[in-house]
Amino acid sequence: MRQNLVAQTGRGLWIGIMALYFLVPLLGMAIYSLWAGGSKYDLSAYVQILQDPKFHETFRLSFGLAIETIVISFALVIPAAFWVNLRVPGLRNLLGQLSVLSFVVPPIVLVGGLTTLYKGPEWFVGTPQFLVAGYVVLSLPYTYRTLDTGLRALDLQTLSEAAQSLGSGWGTLLWRVILPNIRSAVLGASLLTLAIVLGEFTLANVLLFNTFAVYINYIGQTQGTPAAALSLISLAITWVAMLVMLRVGRGRVQLGGAK
Amino acid sequence: MERSADARPEPPASDLDAALSAQPAATAVVSTAETLSGVPRPRAAAPDWRGHLTTLLFVGPLLVVMLAFLIVPAFAVLVGAFRFDGVDGAAGGWTLQHIRDLAQPQYVTGLKNSIFLSGTSAIIGTVVGGLLAYAVLGEGGPAWLRAPLVAFSGVAANFAGVPLALAFVATLGTTGIVTRLLSVIGLDLNRSGFSLFNFSGLLVVYLYFQIPLMVILIAPALEGLRREWREAAENLGATAGQFWRHIGLPILAPSLLASAVLLFGNAFSAYATAYALTSGNLALLPLQIGAVLSGNVISDPHLGQALALLVIAVMALTMAIYSVLERAGSKWRK
Repeated sequence: MRQNLVAQTGRGLWIGIMALYFLVPLLGMAIYSLWAGGSKYDLSAYVQILQDPKFHETFRLSFGLAIETIVISFALVIPAAFWVNLRVPGLRNLLGQLSVLSFVVPPIVLVGGLTTLYKGPEWFVGTPQFLVAGYVVLSLPYTYRTLDTGLRALDLQTLSEAAQSLGSGWGTLLWRVILPNIRSAVLGASLLTLAIVLGEFTLANVLLFNTFAVYINYIGQTQGTPAAALSLISLAITWVAMLVMLRVGRGRVQLGGAK
Repeated sequence: MERSADARPEPPASDLDAALSAQPAATAVVSTAETLSGVPRPRAAAPDWRGHLTTLLFVGPLLVVMLAFLIVPAFAVLVGAFRFDGVDGAAGGWTLQHIRDLAQPQYVTGLKNSIFLSGTSAIIGTVVGGLLAYAVLGEGGPAWLRAPLVAFSGVAANFAGVPLALAFVATLGTTGIVTRLLSVIGLDLNRSGFSLFNFSGLLVVYLYFQIPLMVILIAPALEGLRREWREAAENLGATAGQFWRHIGLPILAPSLLASAVLLFGNAFSAYATAYALTSGNLALLPLQIGAVLSGNVISDPHLGQALALLVIAVMALTMAIYSVLERAGSKWRK
Protein backbone atom coordinates (compact mmCIF):
# COMPACT_ATOMS: atom_id res chain seq x y z
CA MET A 1 0.00 0.00 0.00
CA ARG A 2 2.76 2.36 1.06
CA GLN A 3 4.80 1.43 -1.96
CA ASN A 4 1.82 2.22 -4.12
CA LEU A 5 1.54 5.66 -2.58
CA VAL A 6 5.23 6.35 -3.23
CA ALA A 7 4.83 5.19 -6.80
CA GLN A 8 1.78 7.39 -7.33
CA THR A 9 3.54 10.41 -5.84
CA GLY A 10 6.56 9.82 -8.03
CA ARG A 11 4.35 9.52 -11.06
CA GLY A 12 2.48 12.70 -10.22
CA LEU A 13 5.71 14.58 -9.57
CA TRP A 14 7.17 13.44 -12.87
CA ILE A 15 4.08 14.43 -14.83
CA GLY A 16 4.13 17.80 -13.04
CA ILE A 17 7.76 18.48 -13.96
CA MET A 18 7.07 17.55 -17.57
CA ALA A 19 3.98 19.74 -17.70
CA LEU A 20 6.08 22.60 -16.42
CA TYR A 21 8.75 22.07 -19.07
CA PHE A 22 6.19 22.03 -21.85
CA LEU A 23 3.96 24.81 -20.64
CA VAL A 24 6.50 27.38 -19.43
CA PRO A 25 7.93 28.25 -22.88
CA LEU A 26 4.41 28.70 -24.22
CA LEU A 27 3.42 30.83 -21.26
CA GLY A 28 6.72 32.67 -21.47
CA MET A 29 6.09 33.50 -25.09
CA ALA A 30 2.51 34.57 -24.38
CA ILE A 31 3.54 36.89 -21.53
CA TYR A 32 6.50 38.23 -23.46
CA SER A 33 4.27 39.05 -26.43
CA LEU A 34 2.20 41.32 -24.17
CA TRP A 35 5.19 43.11 -22.66
CA ALA A 36 5.43 46.74 -23.73
CA GLY A 37 8.58 47.73 -21.88
CA GLY A 38 9.05 48.41 -18.18
CA SER A 39 6.07 47.06 -16.29
CA LYS A 40 3.58 47.87 -19.01
CA TYR A 41 1.66 45.10 -20.67
CA ASP A 42 -0.70 45.53 -23.64
CA LEU A 43 -1.60 44.28 -27.09
CA SER A 44 0.60 46.73 -29.00
CA ALA A 45 2.86 43.97 -30.36
CA TYR A 46 -0.13 42.25 -31.94
CA VAL A 47 -1.39 45.50 -33.41
CA GLN A 48 2.05 46.18 -34.83
CA ILE A 49 2.28 42.73 -36.42
CA LEU A 50 -1.21 42.80 -37.88
CA GLN A 51 -0.53 46.22 -39.37
CA ASP A 52 2.74 45.16 -40.96
CA PRO A 53 2.12 44.74 -44.71
CA LYS A 54 4.99 42.22 -44.78
CA PHE A 55 2.95 39.98 -42.50
CA HIS A 56 0.07 39.85 -44.94
CA GLU A 57 2.36 39.54 -47.93
CA THR A 58 4.42 36.63 -46.61
CA PHE A 59 1.44 34.86 -45.13
CA ARG A 60 -0.45 35.14 -48.42
CA LEU A 61 2.58 33.80 -50.27
CA SER A 62 3.00 30.80 -47.95
CA PHE A 63 -0.71 30.12 -47.93
CA GLY A 64 -0.83 30.19 -51.72
CA LEU A 65 2.15 27.85 -51.96
CA ALA A 66 0.42 25.52 -49.50
CA ILE A 67 -2.71 25.42 -51.64
CA GLU A 68 -0.66 24.68 -54.76
CA THR A 69 1.23 21.96 -52.90
CA ILE A 70 -2.01 20.38 -51.70
CA VAL A 71 -3.64 20.40 -55.13
CA ILE A 72 -0.57 19.02 -56.90
CA SER A 73 0.09 16.36 -54.24
CA PHE A 74 -3.49 15.15 -54.41
CA ALA A 75 -3.52 15.06 -58.18
CA LEU A 76 -0.41 12.86 -58.03
CA VAL A 77 -1.11 10.72 -55.01
CA ILE A 78 -4.82 9.90 -55.19
CA PRO A 79 -4.75 8.22 -58.63
CA ALA A 80 -1.53 6.36 -57.79
CA ALA A 81 -2.67 5.14 -54.37
CA PHE A 82 -6.08 4.24 -55.79
CA TRP A 83 -4.64 2.20 -58.62
CA VAL A 84 -2.05 0.46 -56.49
CA ASN A 85 -4.69 -0.53 -53.96
CA LEU A 86 -7.11 -1.71 -56.64
CA ARG A 87 -4.94 -3.50 -59.14
CA VAL A 88 -1.21 -3.70 -58.56
CA PRO A 89 -0.49 -4.51 -54.90
CA GLY A 90 2.99 -5.43 -56.05
CA LEU A 91 3.81 -1.76 -56.51
CA ARG A 92 2.67 -0.99 -52.99
CA ASN A 93 6.06 -1.93 -51.54
CA LEU A 94 7.84 0.30 -53.97
CA LEU A 95 5.70 3.35 -53.24
CA GLY A 96 5.93 2.73 -49.50
CA GLN A 97 9.72 2.61 -49.68
CA LEU A 98 9.89 5.64 -51.93
CA SER A 99 7.80 7.73 -49.58
CA VAL A 100 10.37 7.05 -46.84
CA LEU A 101 13.16 8.42 -48.98
CA SER A 102 12.55 12.05 -48.14
CA PHE A 103 13.52 11.28 -44.54
CA VAL A 104 16.90 10.04 -45.68
CA VAL A 105 17.34 13.21 -47.71
CA PRO A 106 16.69 16.02 -45.21
CA PRO A 107 15.44 19.39 -46.50
CA ILE A 108 18.86 21.01 -46.26
CA VAL A 109 20.29 18.29 -48.54
CA LEU A 110 17.28 18.26 -50.84
CA VAL A 111 17.59 21.97 -51.48
CA GLY A 112 21.25 21.44 -52.34
CA GLY A 113 20.28 18.79 -54.85
CA LEU A 114 17.54 20.92 -56.38
CA THR A 115 19.82 23.92 -56.89
CA THR A 116 22.53 21.72 -58.36
CA LEU A 117 20.15 20.16 -60.82
CA TYR A 118 17.90 23.05 -61.80
CA LYS A 119 19.63 26.21 -62.94
CA GLY A 120 16.77 27.38 -65.09
CA PRO A 121 14.49 28.36 -66.67
CA GLU A 122 14.14 31.59 -64.75
CA TRP A 123 10.31 31.53 -64.69
CA PHE A 124 10.56 28.29 -62.73
CA VAL A 125 13.68 28.58 -60.58
CA GLY A 126 13.49 32.31 -60.08
CA THR A 127 9.99 32.41 -58.58
CA PRO A 128 8.70 31.04 -55.28
CA GLN A 129 6.80 28.43 -57.35
CA PHE A 130 10.08 26.53 -57.36
CA LEU A 131 9.48 25.86 -53.67
CA VAL A 132 6.31 23.93 -54.49
CA ALA A 133 8.41 21.19 -56.12
CA GLY A 134 10.29 20.74 -52.86
CA TYR A 135 7.17 21.02 -50.73
CA VAL A 136 5.35 18.34 -52.70
CA VAL A 137 8.26 15.99 -52.08
CA LEU A 138 8.61 16.96 -48.40
CA SER A 139 4.93 16.44 -47.67
CA LEU A 140 4.63 13.31 -49.78
CA PRO A 141 5.18 10.83 -46.93
CA TYR A 142 2.31 12.43 -45.04
CA THR A 143 -0.09 12.83 -47.93
CA TYR A 144 0.70 9.38 -49.27
CA ARG A 145 0.23 7.60 -45.93
CA THR A 146 -2.93 9.49 -44.99
CA LEU A 147 -4.63 9.03 -48.35
CA ASP A 148 -3.50 5.42 -48.64
CA THR A 149 -5.00 4.65 -45.23
CA GLY A 150 -8.22 6.37 -46.26
CA LEU A 151 -8.41 4.38 -49.49
CA ARG A 152 -7.69 1.12 -47.75
CA ALA A 153 -10.76 1.56 -45.59
CA LEU A 154 -12.92 1.45 -48.72
CA ASP A 155 -14.04 -1.55 -50.70
CA LEU A 156 -12.47 -0.24 -53.88
CA GLN A 157 -13.28 -3.36 -55.85
CA THR A 158 -17.02 -3.10 -55.29
CA LEU A 159 -17.09 0.67 -55.69
CA SER A 160 -15.21 0.56 -58.99
CA GLU A 161 -17.26 -2.25 -60.43
CA ALA A 162 -20.51 -0.61 -59.41
CA ALA A 163 -19.48 2.74 -60.89
CA GLN A 164 -18.18 1.19 -64.10
CA SER A 165 -21.18 -1.03 -64.62
CA LEU A 166 -23.23 2.16 -64.40
CA GLY A 167 -21.11 3.52 -67.20
CA SER A 168 -18.65 5.89 -65.56
CA GLY A 169 -15.06 6.22 -66.76
CA TRP A 170 -11.96 6.38 -64.57
CA GLY A 171 -12.19 10.15 -64.22
CA THR A 172 -15.80 10.12 -63.05
CA LEU A 173 -15.05 7.21 -60.75
CA LEU A 174 -12.16 9.03 -59.06
CA TRP A 175 -13.83 12.42 -58.89
CA ARG A 176 -17.43 11.51 -58.07
CA VAL A 177 -17.11 8.22 -56.20
CA ILE A 178 -13.68 7.78 -54.65
CA LEU A 179 -12.92 11.37 -53.66
CA PRO A 180 -16.16 11.94 -51.71
CA ASN A 181 -15.55 8.67 -49.89
CA ILE A 182 -12.12 9.67 -48.59
CA ARG A 183 -13.21 13.16 -47.59
CA SER A 184 -11.82 12.89 -44.06
CA ALA A 185 -8.45 11.60 -45.25
CA VAL A 186 -8.31 14.40 -47.81
CA LEU A 187 -9.09 17.02 -45.19
CA GLY A 188 -6.52 15.53 -42.80
CA ALA A 189 -3.79 15.43 -45.41
CA SER A 190 -4.63 18.99 -46.50
CA LEU A 191 -4.31 20.39 -42.99
CA LEU A 192 -1.09 18.51 -42.38
CA THR A 193 0.37 19.83 -45.62
CA LEU A 194 -0.81 23.33 -44.78
CA ALA A 195 0.95 23.16 -41.42
CA ILE A 196 4.14 21.82 -42.99
CA VAL A 197 4.29 24.46 -45.72
CA LEU A 198 3.43 27.37 -43.42
CA GLY A 199 6.22 26.33 -41.07
CA GLU A 200 8.80 25.38 -43.68
CA PHE A 201 11.94 27.43 -43.27
CA THR A 202 14.93 25.56 -44.67
CA LEU A 203 14.14 25.60 -48.39
CA ALA A 204 12.86 29.14 -48.47
CA ASN A 205 15.75 30.48 -46.42
CA VAL A 206 18.45 28.86 -48.54
CA LEU A 207 16.72 29.84 -51.80
CA LEU A 208 16.18 33.38 -50.45
CA PHE A 209 12.41 33.51 -50.85
CA ASN A 210 10.53 35.60 -48.32
CA THR A 211 7.93 33.17 -46.98
CA PHE A 212 6.05 33.30 -43.70
CA ALA A 213 8.64 31.29 -41.72
CA VAL A 214 11.48 33.40 -43.11
CA TYR A 215 9.57 36.53 -42.10
CA ILE A 216 9.07 35.19 -38.57
CA ASN A 217 12.80 34.56 -38.33
CA TYR A 218 13.56 38.04 -39.63
CA ILE A 219 11.26 39.63 -37.04
CA GLY A 220 12.84 37.36 -34.44
CA GLN A 221 16.27 38.76 -35.24
CA THR A 222 15.16 42.36 -35.01
CA GLN A 223 12.15 42.89 -32.75
CA GLY A 224 11.56 40.97 -29.51
CA THR A 225 7.94 41.27 -28.53
CA PRO A 226 6.40 41.33 -32.02
CA ALA A 227 8.35 38.14 -32.73
CA ALA A 228 6.75 36.45 -29.73
CA ALA A 229 3.32 37.63 -30.86
CA LEU A 230 3.97 36.37 -34.37
CA SER A 231 5.21 32.98 -33.15
CA LEU A 232 2.11 32.64 -31.04
CA ILE A 233 -0.09 33.43 -34.04
CA SER A 234 1.72 30.90 -36.24
CA LEU A 235 1.65 28.36 -33.45
CA ALA A 236 -2.09 28.82 -33.06
CA ILE A 237 -2.61 28.26 -36.79
CA THR A 238 -0.54 25.07 -36.76
CA TRP A 239 -2.24 23.73 -33.66
CA VAL A 240 -5.72 24.35 -34.93
CA ALA A 241 -4.80 22.52 -38.14
CA MET A 242 -3.29 19.61 -36.22
CA LEU A 243 -6.17 19.33 -33.76
CA VAL A 244 -8.77 19.41 -36.51
CA MET A 245 -6.80 16.68 -38.23
CA LEU A 246 -6.78 14.53 -35.10
CA ARG A 247 -10.54 15.03 -34.75
CA VAL A 248 -11.15 14.17 -38.37
CA GLY A 249 -9.01 11.05 -38.25
CA ARG A 250 -11.36 9.66 -35.63
CA GLY A 251 -14.34 8.99 -37.83
CA ARG A 252 -13.07 6.75 -40.56
CA VAL A 253 -15.33 6.33 -43.54
CA GLN A 254 -16.48 2.81 -44.18
CA LEU A 255 -18.61 1.50 -46.94
CA GLY A 256 -20.34 -1.68 -47.95
CA GLY A 257 -18.85 -4.78 -46.38
CA ALA A 258 -16.83 -3.09 -43.70
CA LYS A 259 -13.58 -4.95 -43.33
CA MET B 1 -3.93 9.03 -32.28
CA GLU B 2 -7.04 7.86 -30.53
CA ARG B 3 -5.32 4.63 -29.66
CA SER B 4 -4.38 5.33 -26.13
CA ALA B 5 -7.71 6.83 -25.26
CA ASP B 6 -9.36 3.46 -25.26
CA ALA B 7 -7.49 0.28 -24.60
CA ARG B 8 -8.97 -1.66 -27.49
CA PRO B 9 -6.31 -3.33 -29.57
CA GLU B 10 -6.35 -1.94 -33.08
CA PRO B 11 -4.62 -2.91 -36.27
CA PRO B 12 -1.20 -1.40 -36.93
CA ALA B 13 -2.84 1.17 -39.16
CA SER B 14 -3.54 3.40 -36.19
CA ASP B 15 0.12 3.44 -35.13
CA LEU B 16 0.58 4.86 -38.52
CA ASP B 17 -1.88 7.63 -37.91
CA ALA B 18 -0.14 8.42 -34.67
CA ALA B 19 3.21 8.54 -36.31
CA LEU B 20 1.88 10.49 -39.23
CA SER B 21 0.95 13.38 -37.12
CA ALA B 22 4.38 13.15 -35.58
CA GLN B 23 7.77 13.85 -37.07
CA PRO B 24 8.79 12.96 -40.56
CA ALA B 25 10.90 10.06 -39.51
CA ALA B 26 8.14 8.59 -37.42
CA THR B 27 6.17 7.79 -40.51
CA ALA B 28 9.01 5.91 -41.99
CA VAL B 29 8.61 3.31 -39.37
CA VAL B 30 5.18 2.48 -40.13
CA SER B 31 5.45 2.42 -43.81
CA THR B 32 8.19 -0.17 -43.66
CA ALA B 33 6.35 -2.21 -41.11
CA GLU B 34 3.27 -1.93 -43.16
CA THR B 35 4.55 -2.79 -46.55
CA LEU B 36 5.64 -6.07 -45.04
CA SER B 37 2.11 -7.06 -44.22
CA GLY B 38 0.53 -5.95 -47.47
CA VAL B 39 -2.76 -7.74 -47.94
CA PRO B 40 -2.90 -9.54 -51.25
CA ARG B 41 -5.78 -8.47 -53.43
CA PRO B 42 -8.09 -11.09 -54.84
CA ARG B 43 -7.93 -9.89 -58.42
CA ALA B 44 -4.66 -9.06 -60.13
CA ALA B 45 -4.37 -7.08 -63.33
CA ALA B 46 -4.51 -8.99 -66.54
CA PRO B 47 -0.97 -8.88 -67.90
CA ASP B 48 -1.91 -7.18 -71.14
CA TRP B 49 -0.45 -3.98 -72.54
CA ARG B 50 -3.60 -2.00 -71.80
CA GLY B 51 -3.31 -2.86 -68.12
CA HIS B 52 0.31 -1.71 -68.03
CA LEU B 53 -0.58 1.45 -69.87
CA THR B 54 -3.30 2.31 -67.36
CA THR B 55 -0.90 1.60 -64.50
CA LEU B 56 1.58 3.96 -66.09
CA LEU B 57 -1.15 6.57 -66.43
CA PHE B 58 -2.16 6.36 -62.76
CA VAL B 59 1.16 5.78 -61.01
CA GLY B 60 3.51 7.30 -63.57
CA PRO B 61 3.07 10.99 -62.74
CA LEU B 62 3.85 10.42 -59.07
CA LEU B 63 6.96 8.41 -59.92
CA VAL B 64 8.11 11.05 -62.40
CA VAL B 65 7.78 13.83 -59.82
CA MET B 66 9.63 11.78 -57.20
CA LEU B 67 12.36 11.02 -59.69
CA ALA B 68 12.67 14.62 -60.82
CA PHE B 69 12.53 16.34 -57.45
CA LEU B 70 13.83 13.80 -54.97
CA ILE B 71 15.79 10.92 -56.39
CA VAL B 72 17.70 12.59 -59.20
CA PRO B 73 18.57 15.65 -57.02
CA ALA B 74 19.83 13.31 -54.31
CA PHE B 75 21.97 11.56 -56.89
CA ALA B 76 23.16 14.88 -58.23
CA VAL B 77 24.44 15.61 -54.73
CA LEU B 78 26.14 12.24 -54.44
CA VAL B 79 27.78 12.53 -57.84
CA GLY B 80 28.65 16.19 -57.35
CA ALA B 81 30.64 15.32 -54.26
CA PHE B 82 33.09 13.47 -56.51
CA ARG B 83 33.31 15.99 -59.36
CA PHE B 84 35.39 19.04 -60.08
CA ASP B 85 34.53 21.74 -62.60
CA GLY B 86 36.65 22.59 -65.57
CA VAL B 87 37.86 26.13 -66.15
CA ASP B 88 35.99 28.30 -68.69
CA GLY B 89 33.40 25.72 -69.59
CA ALA B 90 35.90 22.94 -70.10
CA ALA B 91 34.81 19.53 -69.00
CA GLY B 92 35.54 18.73 -65.38
CA GLY B 93 36.46 15.37 -64.01
CA TRP B 94 36.34 13.02 -61.08
CA THR B 95 38.11 13.67 -57.82
CA LEU B 96 38.24 12.56 -54.22
CA GLN B 97 39.50 15.96 -53.13
CA HIS B 98 36.17 17.14 -51.68
CA ILE B 99 35.84 13.99 -49.62
CA ARG B 100 39.37 14.61 -48.37
CA ASP B 101 38.39 18.21 -47.61
CA LEU B 102 35.88 16.88 -45.15
CA ALA B 103 38.85 16.16 -42.88
CA GLN B 104 39.34 19.91 -42.37
CA PRO B 105 39.07 20.75 -38.68
CA GLN B 106 35.86 22.81 -38.96
CA TYR B 107 33.95 19.99 -40.64
CA VAL B 108 35.29 17.37 -38.25
CA THR B 109 34.10 19.65 -35.45
CA GLY B 110 30.76 20.07 -37.22
CA LEU B 111 30.27 16.32 -37.50
CA LYS B 112 31.34 15.76 -33.91
CA ASN B 113 29.04 18.50 -32.65
CA SER B 114 26.12 17.21 -34.69
CA ILE B 115 26.62 13.67 -33.44
CA PHE B 116 27.09 14.86 -29.87
CA LEU B 117 23.99 17.07 -29.89
CA SER B 118 21.82 14.48 -31.65
CA GLY B 119 23.13 11.66 -29.48
CA THR B 120 22.62 13.50 -26.21
CA SER B 121 19.17 14.75 -27.13
CA ALA B 122 18.22 11.26 -28.36
CA ILE B 123 19.34 9.56 -25.13
CA ILE B 124 17.72 12.10 -22.83
CA GLY B 125 14.64 12.20 -25.05
CA THR B 126 14.32 8.42 -24.99
CA VAL B 127 14.62 8.19 -21.21
CA VAL B 128 12.50 11.19 -20.34
CA GLY B 129 9.91 10.57 -23.06
CA GLY B 130 9.75 6.87 -22.22
CA LEU B 131 9.18 7.61 -18.54
CA LEU B 132 6.58 10.23 -19.38
CA ALA B 133 4.75 7.83 -21.68
CA TYR B 134 4.88 5.16 -19.00
CA ALA B 135 3.72 7.53 -16.27
CA VAL B 136 0.63 8.51 -18.24
CA LEU B 137 -0.11 5.64 -20.61
CA GLY B 138 1.16 2.78 -18.43
CA GLU B 139 -0.98 0.77 -16.07
CA GLY B 140 -2.56 2.91 -13.37
CA GLY B 141 -1.76 6.18 -15.11
CA PRO B 142 -4.28 9.01 -15.00
CA ALA B 143 -6.84 8.03 -17.63
CA TRP B 144 -8.08 11.57 -18.20
CA LEU B 145 -4.60 12.67 -19.24
CA ARG B 146 -4.06 10.03 -21.94
CA ALA B 147 -5.89 11.58 -24.85
CA PRO B 148 -4.54 15.10 -24.12
CA LEU B 149 -0.97 13.78 -23.86
CA VAL B 150 -1.15 11.94 -27.17
CA ALA B 151 -2.76 14.93 -28.88
CA PHE B 152 -0.24 17.35 -27.40
CA SER B 153 2.65 15.09 -28.38
CA GLY B 154 1.43 14.95 -31.94
CA VAL B 155 1.38 18.71 -32.09
CA ALA B 156 4.56 19.41 -30.13
CA ALA B 157 6.59 16.90 -32.12
CA ASN B 158 5.76 19.08 -35.12
CA PHE B 159 6.43 22.32 -33.33
CA ALA B 160 10.03 22.75 -34.34
CA GLY B 161 11.73 25.47 -36.26
CA VAL B 162 11.63 29.20 -35.92
CA PRO B 163 8.58 29.66 -33.63
CA LEU B 164 9.96 27.09 -31.18
CA ALA B 165 13.30 28.87 -31.08
CA LEU B 166 11.54 32.20 -30.47
CA ALA B 167 9.40 30.69 -27.70
CA PHE B 168 12.58 29.75 -25.88
CA VAL B 169 14.16 33.12 -26.54
CA ALA B 170 11.13 34.72 -24.90
CA THR B 171 11.50 32.36 -21.96
CA LEU B 172 15.19 31.72 -21.38
CA GLY B 173 16.82 34.41 -23.53
CA THR B 174 18.64 37.41 -22.09
CA THR B 175 15.40 39.30 -21.46
CA GLY B 176 13.23 36.18 -21.25
CA ILE B 177 10.52 35.78 -18.65
CA VAL B 178 12.21 32.99 -16.70
CA THR B 179 15.61 34.67 -16.90
CA ARG B 180 14.14 37.85 -15.41
CA LEU B 181 12.24 35.92 -12.75
CA LEU B 182 15.40 34.10 -11.76
CA SER B 183 17.42 37.28 -11.57
CA VAL B 184 14.81 38.72 -9.20
CA ILE B 185 15.58 35.93 -6.77
CA GLY B 186 19.30 36.44 -7.35
CA LEU B 187 20.06 33.70 -9.87
CA ASP B 188 22.05 34.73 -12.91
CA LEU B 189 21.42 32.18 -15.65
CA ASN B 190 24.20 33.37 -17.89
CA ARG B 191 26.80 33.25 -15.17
CA SER B 192 25.80 29.68 -14.33
CA GLY B 193 27.26 28.65 -17.69
CA PHE B 194 23.91 28.17 -19.41
CA SER B 195 23.28 29.97 -22.64
CA LEU B 196 20.36 29.44 -24.96
CA PHE B 197 22.63 30.02 -27.92
CA ASN B 198 25.13 27.21 -27.46
CA PHE B 199 24.93 23.50 -26.78
CA SER B 200 23.23 23.53 -23.41
CA GLY B 201 20.55 25.78 -24.88
CA LEU B 202 20.09 23.84 -28.11
CA LEU B 203 19.76 20.66 -26.08
CA VAL B 204 16.98 22.13 -23.95
CA VAL B 205 15.18 23.36 -27.07
CA TYR B 206 15.62 20.11 -29.05
CA LEU B 207 14.12 18.13 -26.18
CA TYR B 208 10.91 20.06 -26.73
CA PHE B 209 10.29 18.09 -29.90
CA GLN B 210 12.28 14.96 -29.05
CA ILE B 211 10.33 14.03 -25.90
CA PRO B 212 6.89 14.22 -27.59
CA LEU B 213 8.20 12.24 -30.56
CA MET B 214 9.39 9.56 -28.12
CA VAL B 215 5.94 9.45 -26.50
CA ILE B 216 4.33 8.86 -29.88
CA LEU B 217 6.86 6.24 -30.93
CA ILE B 218 6.82 4.22 -27.73
CA ALA B 219 3.07 4.32 -27.01
CA PRO B 220 2.22 1.27 -29.19
CA ALA B 221 4.99 -0.79 -27.60
CA LEU B 222 3.84 0.18 -24.10
CA GLU B 223 0.33 -0.88 -24.93
CA GLY B 224 1.72 -4.15 -26.22
CA LEU B 225 3.00 -4.97 -22.72
CA ARG B 226 0.20 -7.22 -21.61
CA ARG B 227 -1.25 -7.11 -18.17
CA GLU B 228 -1.21 -10.94 -18.06
CA TRP B 229 2.57 -11.03 -18.26
CA ARG B 230 2.81 -8.86 -15.23
CA GLU B 231 0.20 -10.86 -13.35
CA ALA B 232 1.93 -14.10 -14.25
CA ALA B 233 5.23 -12.72 -12.98
CA GLU B 234 3.61 -11.50 -9.76
CA ASN B 235 1.92 -14.84 -9.19
CA LEU B 236 5.30 -16.51 -9.49
CA GLY B 237 6.56 -14.16 -6.80
CA ALA B 238 8.45 -11.61 -8.87
CA THR B 239 8.90 -8.08 -7.53
CA ALA B 240 8.31 -5.06 -9.71
CA GLY B 241 12.06 -4.73 -10.21
CA GLN B 242 12.39 -8.33 -11.29
CA PHE B 243 9.49 -7.96 -13.70
CA TRP B 244 11.11 -5.00 -15.40
CA ARG B 245 14.59 -6.48 -15.45
CA HIS B 246 13.62 -9.88 -16.79
CA ILE B 247 10.43 -9.28 -18.78
CA GLY B 248 9.40 -5.66 -19.32
CA LEU B 249 12.65 -4.10 -20.45
CA PRO B 250 13.84 -7.03 -22.60
CA ILE B 251 10.54 -6.90 -24.47
CA LEU B 252 10.67 -3.14 -24.82
CA ALA B 253 14.39 -3.03 -25.62
CA PRO B 254 14.17 -3.20 -29.43
CA SER B 255 11.41 -0.58 -29.53
CA LEU B 256 13.33 1.68 -27.16
CA LEU B 257 16.50 1.36 -29.21
CA ALA B 258 14.63 1.89 -32.46
CA SER B 259 13.03 5.04 -31.10
CA ALA B 260 16.37 6.32 -29.84
CA VAL B 261 17.88 5.81 -33.29
CA LEU B 262 15.01 7.67 -34.90
CA LEU B 263 15.31 10.52 -32.42
CA PHE B 264 18.98 10.71 -33.32
CA GLY B 265 18.18 11.06 -37.01
CA ASN B 266 15.46 13.55 -36.22
CA ALA B 267 17.89 15.86 -34.44
CA PHE B 268 20.73 15.20 -36.85
CA SER B 269 18.80 16.50 -39.84
CA ALA B 270 17.25 19.49 -38.04
CA TYR B 271 18.20 22.87 -39.47
CA ALA B 272 15.61 25.57 -38.79
CA THR B 273 15.65 25.53 -34.98
CA ALA B 274 19.42 25.68 -34.73
CA TYR B 275 19.60 28.33 -37.44
CA ALA B 276 17.04 30.56 -35.77
CA LEU B 277 18.77 30.30 -32.40
CA THR B 278 22.36 30.78 -33.53
CA SER B 279 21.89 32.59 -36.86
CA GLY B 280 23.75 29.69 -38.39
CA ASN B 281 26.94 30.40 -36.51
CA LEU B 282 27.32 27.14 -34.67
CA ALA B 283 29.46 24.34 -36.07
CA LEU B 284 26.71 21.85 -36.93
CA LEU B 285 26.68 19.88 -40.14
CA PRO B 286 23.28 21.06 -41.48
CA LEU B 287 24.18 24.68 -40.71
CA GLN B 288 27.50 24.30 -42.50
CA ILE B 289 25.74 22.93 -45.58
CA GLY B 290 23.33 25.85 -45.44
CA ALA B 291 26.20 28.32 -45.17
CA VAL B 292 27.94 26.85 -48.20
CA LEU B 293 24.67 26.74 -50.18
CA SER B 294 23.60 30.29 -49.57
CA GLY B 295 27.09 31.51 -50.32
CA ASN B 296 27.86 32.87 -46.86
CA VAL B 297 31.25 31.26 -47.06
CA ILE B 298 33.52 31.36 -50.02
CA SER B 299 33.86 27.81 -51.08
CA ASP B 300 33.32 25.21 -53.71
CA PRO B 301 29.69 24.06 -54.17
CA HIS B 302 31.13 20.58 -54.48
CA LEU B 303 32.27 20.87 -50.90
CA GLY B 304 28.66 21.48 -49.89
CA GLN B 305 27.74 18.35 -51.80
CA ALA B 306 30.41 16.36 -50.00
CA LEU B 307 28.98 17.58 -46.69
CA ALA B 308 25.50 16.62 -47.87
CA LEU B 309 26.81 13.20 -48.84
CA LEU B 310 27.95 12.79 -45.26
CA VAL B 311 24.49 13.68 -43.96
CA ILE B 312 22.79 11.29 -46.39
CA ALA B 313 25.15 8.51 -45.31
CA VAL B 314 24.39 9.07 -41.62
CA MET B 315 20.64 9.30 -42.27
CA ALA B 316 20.58 6.19 -44.47
CA LEU B 317 22.43 4.25 -41.77
CA THR B 318 20.03 5.57 -39.15
CA MET B 319 16.95 4.55 -41.13
CA ALA B 320 18.41 1.10 -41.87
CA ILE B 321 19.16 0.41 -38.20
CA TYR B 322 15.78 1.79 -37.30
CA SER B 323 13.79 -0.46 -39.60
CA VAL B 324 15.68 -3.58 -38.42
CA LEU B 325 15.07 -2.73 -34.76
CA GLU B 326 11.46 -1.78 -35.39
CA ARG B 327 10.76 -5.11 -36.97
CA ALA B 328 12.28 -6.87 -33.99
CA GLY B 329 10.26 -4.73 -31.60
CA SER B 330 6.92 -5.27 -33.31
CA LYS B 331 7.21 -9.02 -32.75
CA TRP B 332 5.32 -8.79 -29.45
CA ARG B 333 2.55 -6.59 -30.76
CA LYS B 334 -0.23 -8.33 -32.55
